[in-house]
Amino acid sequence: MAWQWFHQLGSPKWFYDKTGPWLPWIGCSAILLFAIGIVWGMGYAPAERLQGNSYRIMYVHFPASAVSLGGYYVMAIAGAVGLIWRIKMGFMVMKSAAMIGAVMTFLSLATGSIWAKPTWGAYWVWDARILFMLILLLLYIGIILLMETYRNQDSADFMVAILALVGTVLVPVIYKSVDWWYSLHQTASIKLTGKSAIDASMARPLIFTITSAYVAYAWFVIYNARTEVLFRERKTKWVKDLLAKG
Amino acid sequence: MSLIQLPSLRSALRATFVRELRIAGRNLAELANPWIFFIAVTLFVPLGLSAESKVLSVFGGGLVWILALLSVLLSLERIFQRDYDNGSLEQSILSGQPMYWLVSVKVFAHWCLTGLPLALLSPLLATMFAVPLKGWLALFLSLLFGGLAMSYVGALGAAMTVALRRGGLLISLIIIPFYLPLLIFGSEAVRSAQIGNPYVPHVMVLIAMAIFSVLFAPLAIGGALTVSMRE
Repeated sequence: MAWQWFHQLGSPKWFYDKTGPWLPWIGCSAILLFAIGIVWGMGYAPAERLQGNSYRIMYVHFPASAVSLGGYYVMAIAGAVGLIWRIKMGFMVMKSAAMIGAVMTFLSLATGSIWAKPTWGAYWVWDARILFMLILLLLYIGIILLMETYRNQDSADFMVAILALVGTVLVPVIYKSVDWWYSLHQTASIKLTGKSAIDASMARPLIFTITSAYVAYAWFVIYNARTEVLFRERKTKWVKDLLAKG
Repeated sequence: MSLIQLPSLRSALRATFVRELRIAGRNLAELANPWIFFIAVTLFVPLGLSAESKVLSVFGGGLVWILALLSVLLSLERIFQRDYDNGSLEQSILSGQPMYWLVSVKVFAHWCLTGLPLALLSPLLATMFAVPLKGWLALFLSLLFGGLAMSYVGALGAAMTVALRRGGLLISLIIIPFYLPLLIFGSEAVRSAQIGNPYVPHVMVLIAMAIFSVLFAPLAIGGALTVSMRE
């Protein structure tokens, strides 16, 4: 009984039927949380002593970064679920998580480089974290390309799940080694102005936007997975009935 | 219970290894391709950047490492591609011998043809790039063990894309993130040896990565090759 939900969630039809009503709630709460966080952050949080108003981009930058890293593990775990229990739903979630993960990583890099220009004086600086995010983006792109190149769905699922799992072992290694590489190099002309610990008046809106990013991530993953369900199950009777109904 | 007596694992592995070397020996042009690339860049760098030994010695060690990475990347596709195309890979999967060991030996042969010669050539390159004598041993050791990890991790990328037409570019994209730690530790080993700092810790990390990939990569490679057969 206790594990029944697990098997049910493994059935694409059950997943599709069950998650349908969730979507509006998840979507609305994401929008609401983001609206609160962004209005508060942009309009009411105090300006930073050294960076002025430019620091406010962090209300988008931090959530995107947090989700892109956490999203990698969501993707890998979904792949592992698919591999170990032979649950196709796992692979579908893995695929949708990969797409959103790549978008979030790119968003994090883009906002980061916009923020870097006024703060550090250059759009691109060879910093350990930036480099790590770039590597993460490469990993995501590799996974998506591998997924799209295979014609056979089962092969694609298997290869991508293996790659994602190998990646989970290596992501901490890459993270550590990049960190270590950076600490050895002199930090040429980077002036980290906003080094001071963040004040609560600035952090509170941040909590809202980070939460909203996670909720929005969940919404996208479910939404994409539902599309994937329809696509992969397009030959089954229930999808045909569903589409006939309009 | 099978009616046909399987040859012993040892003789099967020896046969696989000898076969790999023999095939490589009969396709010298293909085998030499990464080496020619290697020599070409060796010529280009002093002409394009600077021939002054003071400048060269600053980035010489790292440059040899970059060259090694690129030439291994170039050679990855050939590990499984021909055997996949002509069906002998399928035969070796069906042969009843454990995939893990067959794959291990195949990739080991690849290392003997790419990583090992690169490591052996490294003193020559070190001379040409004016790497001081203090850095030679670090360069040799880091390339020796780093090359082992490069071959085994790279073979995983090759196995994942073997069923795809034009998988070559995809291999590089998949594998590059995993090569970065190797590059970081390898080039740092040479750099610290050059200025007289201890380099053994860096080499130790590379040895650990090599052991890890030699032990575990064949598992994933075997799985990926088996799935590739379905395509």
